[in-house]
Amino acid sequence: MSLFFIVALPFLGALLPGVMNAAGRAACAGVTFTVTLAAFVGLLTNLPAVLAGEVVTARIDWIPTLGLNFTLMLDGLGFFFAFLILGIGLLIIAYGRHYLSRKDNMGEFFTYLLLFQGAMVGIVLSDNILLLLVFWELTSLSSFLLIGYWKHLPEGRQGARMALTVTGMGGLAMIGGMLILGNIVGSYDLSVILQNREAIQADPLYLPALILILLGCFTKSAQFPFHFWLPHAMAAPTPVSAYLHSATMVKAGIFLMARMWPVLSGTPEWFVLVTGAGLITMVLGAVIALFKHDLKALLAFSTVSHLGLITMLLGTGTAFGAMAAVFHILNHATFKAALFMSAGIVDHEAHTRDIRVLGGLRKLMPVTFVIATIAALSMAGIPFLNGFLSKEMMLEEANHTVLFGSYWLVPVLATLGSTFSAAYCFRFIGHTFLGPVRDDYPSKPHDPNPGMWLPPAILVVLVVVIGVAPFLVQDFVFLVAKSVIGGVAELETKYIKIWHGLVPALYMSIIAVVGGLVLTLLFKPLLAIWDALPRPEAKVIFEAIVEAAAAAARAFSHSLHNGAFTRYAMIGTVAIVAAGYHAWITGTVGPATRELQPTGPVPIAGWAMLVAATAALVVLHRNRFLALILIGIVGLMVSVGFVYLSAPDLAMTQFTVEVVTIILLLLALNFLPNRTPIESSSLRRVRDAGVAIAGGLATFALAYHYMLRDAVTTPISEFHLANSYKGGGGTNVVNVILVDFRGFDTYGEIIVLGIAALLIYALTETLLGGPVRARLLNRVPDQPRAGDMHPMMMVVLTRVMMPVVLMVGFYIFLRGHNEPGGGFISGLVVSIAVVMQYMASGFAWTSSRLRYPYHGVIGAGVLVAGLTGIGSWFVSKPFLTSDFTYVRIPPFNEFELATAALFDLGVFLAVVGAVMLSLESFSRLARRADTEDSEHPMDIDPSRDDPLPYGASDTAAEGN
Amino acid sequence: MEFLVASAIGILTAAGIYLVLRLRTFPVILGISLLTYAVNVFLFASGRLTIGAAPILNDDMTTYTDPLPQALVLTAIVISFGMTAVIVMIGLGAFLGSDDDHVDDQREDEGTKPEGQP
Repeated sequence: MSLFFIVALPFLGALLPGVMNAAGRAACAGVTFTVTLAAFVGLLTNLPAVLAGEVVTARIDWIPTLGLNFTLMLDGLGFFFAFLILGIGLLIIAYGRHYLSRKDNMGEFFTYLLLFQGAMVGIVLSDNILLLLVFWELTSLSSFLLIGYWKHLPEGRQGARMALTVTGMGGLAMIGGMLILGNIVGSYDLSVILQNREAIQADPLYLPALILILLGCFTKSAQFPFHFWLPHAMAAPTPVSAYLHSATMVKAGIFLMARMWPVLSGTPEWFVLVTGAGLITMVLGAVIALFKHDLKALLAFSTVSHLGLITMLLGTGTAFGAMAAVFHILNHATFKAALFMSAGIVDHEAHTRDIRVLGGLRKLMPVTFVIATIAALSMAGIPFLNGFLSKEMMLEEANHTVLFGSYWLVPVLATLGSTFSAAYCFRFIGHTFLGPVRDDYPSKPHDPNPGMWLPPAILVVLVVVIGVAPFLVQDFVFLVAKSVIGGVAELETKYIKIWHGLVPALYMSIIAVVGGLVLTLLFKPLLAIWDALPRPEAKVIFEAIVEAAAAAARAFSHSLHNGAFTRYAMIGTVAIVAAGYHAWITGTVGPATRELQPTGPVPIAGWAMLVAATAALVVLHRNRFLALILIGIVGLMVSVGFVYLSAPDLAMTQFTVEVVTIILLLLALNFLPNRTPIESSSLRRVRDAGVAIAGGLATFALAYHYMLRDAVTTPISEFHLANSYKGGGGTNVVNVILVDFRGFDTYGEIIVLGIAALLIYALTETLLGGPVRARLLNRVPDQPRAGDMHPMMMVVLTRVMMPVVLMVGFYIFLRGHNEPGGGFISGLVVSIAVVMQYMASGFAWTSSRLRYPYHGVIGAGVLVAGLTGIGSWFVSKPFLTSDFTYVRIPPFNEFELATAALFDLGVFLAVVGAVMLSLESFSRLARRADTEDSEHPMDIDPSRDDPLPYGASDTAAEGN
Repeated sequence: MEFLVASAIGILTAAGIYLVLRLRTFPVILGISLLTYAVNVFLFASGRLTIGAAPILNDDMTTYTDPLPQALVLTAIVISFGMTAVIVMIGLGAFLGSDDDHVDDQREDEGTKPEGQP
C-alpha cells in the first residue's frame, strides 16, 4: 500500500467515529478498529521491502519554493515505530471500547485517537523535516484533546493545558532547530540531511540547532527538567495514558533523536546533553515513582525513568547503545502498555487507583494479577522476560561510558536507577495484588470481561516470548538499529542472549534486584523520610511561571494596547515615522533624474486655497459645520489638482464622492453635538502638533524625493498603454485598466463597497431595534428646524433636473471606455440625482416611489459583474477575459460593443446601490415622532393648500 | 509643481494626524478624511506628475501620464467613501447609544461629566 494511504487513512477515518456514534458503541469502536487495521495491513505489505533493506518512498511536491514537499519514507526505524503505533493502537481501541463508560462520548474519543494516530504515523514516515514539524505539532494538539477528554475534570483540563504548553514550546524551539539544520544543508529532505554529517557538525550553528532540536525532543519525551508534565497528563482516560504516554507520543522525542542520530550524535555536546539529561531523568523518575501512591502516577514516573534510560543510551553515541535503545523501546512499549491497561482495569473494577487502599487483589482478579505481575517483573529486569534483556544491555553500555572523565559515575547511577526501578515494580505488585484481601474497596473488584484483559494479555505474551526467545526478534532489532545508525558506525552483530556469562552487567543486575527487594521491604521508613523531605512541586512552579509570563505580557501589551484609539494612533504614527527616519538615515538616495514640472499663478492659487482651508480646518475644527465647509474646499481643490495633473477620471470621481460624503456628514451632524468642546490640555495639543508636524514632514520629504526620481524599473503601465486599445478596445486607459486589465481587483472592490453599505444598514437596523429608537423618535433637535422643510423651489428644480442628471450619468457611463467616465463615476452621479429627491421631497415620499430595494441593486451589480466574468469560461478563457467587437446598426455610426461594458454596468449598479443604501440608512435615523412623514413632495403646495382662486373650476380642485 | 504637491501632501497629513489625535469622534472622522486625501494624492503622485497628458489614447500624442496609479486611486476614492460611511455610522451609533462622543472609553469618574453636551 502506498505510504500516502497509510498516513491518510487515520485522518480520513477520523471522520467516521463521529458519524457512527449514533449507531452504537460497538459500531463506533468497530469502524475505528477497521480503519487502523487497514492502515496496519497496509504497513505490513511494505514489510518485505523493508526487510530487504530498501527504503520505500512516496513524494508529492507541495510548496517546492519553500522546500516543503510531501515526501514520505519508510525504512527500518520508520517501520518499527509505525508498527508500534498502529499495532498497539489496535489493542488500545479494543481496550477503550470496554473501558469507556456509557456516559462518555465514544465518537469524540475515537476521532481524537485517530487524529493522533495519523499525526504519529506522519511523524515517523516523514521524509521532509518541515512536514515532520507539521505532524509534530498535530500530535501536541491531538494529545491536548485526548488528555482533556474528560472536560468536566479540572485536573484533566489543567493537565492538558500543561502538556500543550510544554510540548508546544518545545515544538517551537524545534522549528528553529530544524530550520537551521535545513539552512546548513540546503535541503529540508531528511534523506539529504542524513547524508551531511560532516557539514552539519562542522557548522558554527550546530550547537544552537542541537539545543533547539533537543528542547523539542526532551519536552516531548518528558526528559529532565521537562519531565513534570507527564504525570499530570495522567488525568486522561487510561487508554490514552497507555497509548500516548507509554507507547507512542512520548516516544516521538526518542524517535527524533534516533532519526537524527547519524548527523547529530557523536559530538561531546550531544553526549553530555543527551546522556546527562537521560541519566538524571532515569534516576529521578525511578526515585519519585517509588513513592507515588496513585497507580498511574507510579507508572507515569516509571515511564519518565525508562525514557531517560533510552535517551541515555542514544546519548552514548555508540552503535551498541543505539541498538540497546531500539530494543528497549520495543520492550518498554510492550510491558508498559500492558501495565497501564492493568492499572486501568484495577481502576475500572475497584474504582480507585490509590495503592494504599488496594492490596489482596491476587485472589479477586487472578487474570489481571498474572498479566500485571509478568509485565511488572519484566520492567524490574527479571530474567526470561524481555525487560531483563534490554536492561542488561543498558548496564553493559553504561559500563563502557565515561562521563566527565569518571569511569564509575554512569555505572553507579545506572545501577541506582535500576534498583529503584526494581523497587517500584515490586511495590506495584506487592501493594496492589499481594497481601490480605480487604473488605473496604470502594467497589468489589473482579476480573473484567475478556475485551479488557485480552489486549494486555497479548502484550504480556510478547513480553514472555521475547524474553525467552530473543533470537526471534534480534534480526529485526538489528535492522532497525542499522537504519538508526545509518552507516555512521559499525554495528557488531552481537547476539542478544539471556546468558552472557559472568560479566559486570550481571552483577549490577543482581545488585539492582536485591536492592529493589530491600527497598520494598524498607518501604514504610523510607516513605516517612521521603514525606519529611522538602520537595519542589512542579505544578506550583509551572503555574507560577505561566502566571508570571502572562502578567508580564499583560503589563507590556496593556500599556501599548489599552483600548484607547488615541493612543494607538499616536503609537502608530510615531513608530511609522521612526521607521521611515531610520530608513532615511541608513539608506542612500540617488540623484534627482526628473525635471521639475512648471508651475504658474493658477496652481499656486489653488495650492494656497488648499493650504488655507486645511489650516483653517485645524484651527476651527471645534465648529463642526464650519469644518464641514472647509473640508469641502479641501476636497474641491484636490479634485482641481487632479484635473490639472492629467487625471480627469480621478477629478470626476473625487468631485462626486465629495458631494455624497458631505451629505453623509451633514446627516451625521444632525445628531452629533455641533461643537467640539476643548478638553485636551495645551501641553497635550502641543505634543500632538509636534507628532503631526513630524508626520507631515516625513510624508512631504518622501513624496518630494519620490517625484523627482524616475521609477527604478519600467512601470507595467507601458504594457497598459500599449494594449489598451489593441487588447481592451478602449482609449481611456484608466477605465480599461479598471474593467479589463485589473477587472478582478475592481470586482473585489465593488464587493467590499457593497459589504460596507450592508454593514451600515445592519448597524442602523440594530440601532433602530434597540433602546435608541425611542430616544431618536422623541429627540428634540438642538437646532431650530426649517419652517418649510421641503421648499417648493427646490422640489421643482430637482424634479426638473432629475432626467438631465440621469442623462448625464448615462452619457458618462457610455463614453467611459474611451473618454473620462465609467461605471464608478456615473454610479455616483446617478446616486446624487436620487439623493437630491430625498433631500427635496422627503424620505417617505421618495422611498415610496422607488421600486427597487438597494440591497437588490448591490446584489445585481455584483452578480452582473460576476456573471460577465464567468461568461468567459464558456469560450474556454480565464475568468473575466474581455472581448469586444465593432458593430454598425444603420443609421448610426459604427460603435463598439465590449463585454467590459457589461462589467462596468455591474460596477455602476453596485456603486449606486451602496451609496444609496448608506445614505438611506442614515436618513432613516432622522425620522422623528413629532414630525409626521409627509405624503406630499412639498410642505406648501398652492394647488393643495391655498383657497381656490376665484373663478377656478371645481373639477381642477378635485383633481388634486 | 512637485514642491506644491509634496507640501500639500505633507500639510494634509499633518492636519489629518492632528485631528485624528483629538478626543471626539467628529474631528477624528475629519482627520481620517484628510489622511485619505493625503494618501490618495500620494499614491497618485507615485505615477510622477505630468501636465496635459491625460491617459486618453489619441493619435496626436506620444506620451501619456502613468494610468495605473490613477486606476488604483479611483477605486480607493470610492472605497474610502464606503469606509468613511462605516466609521461615521459606528461613531454615530456609539453616540446615540451612550450619549457620549468620546473616541476612547472614559473612566467612570470622568464619564459622568456632561462635557460639551447640550
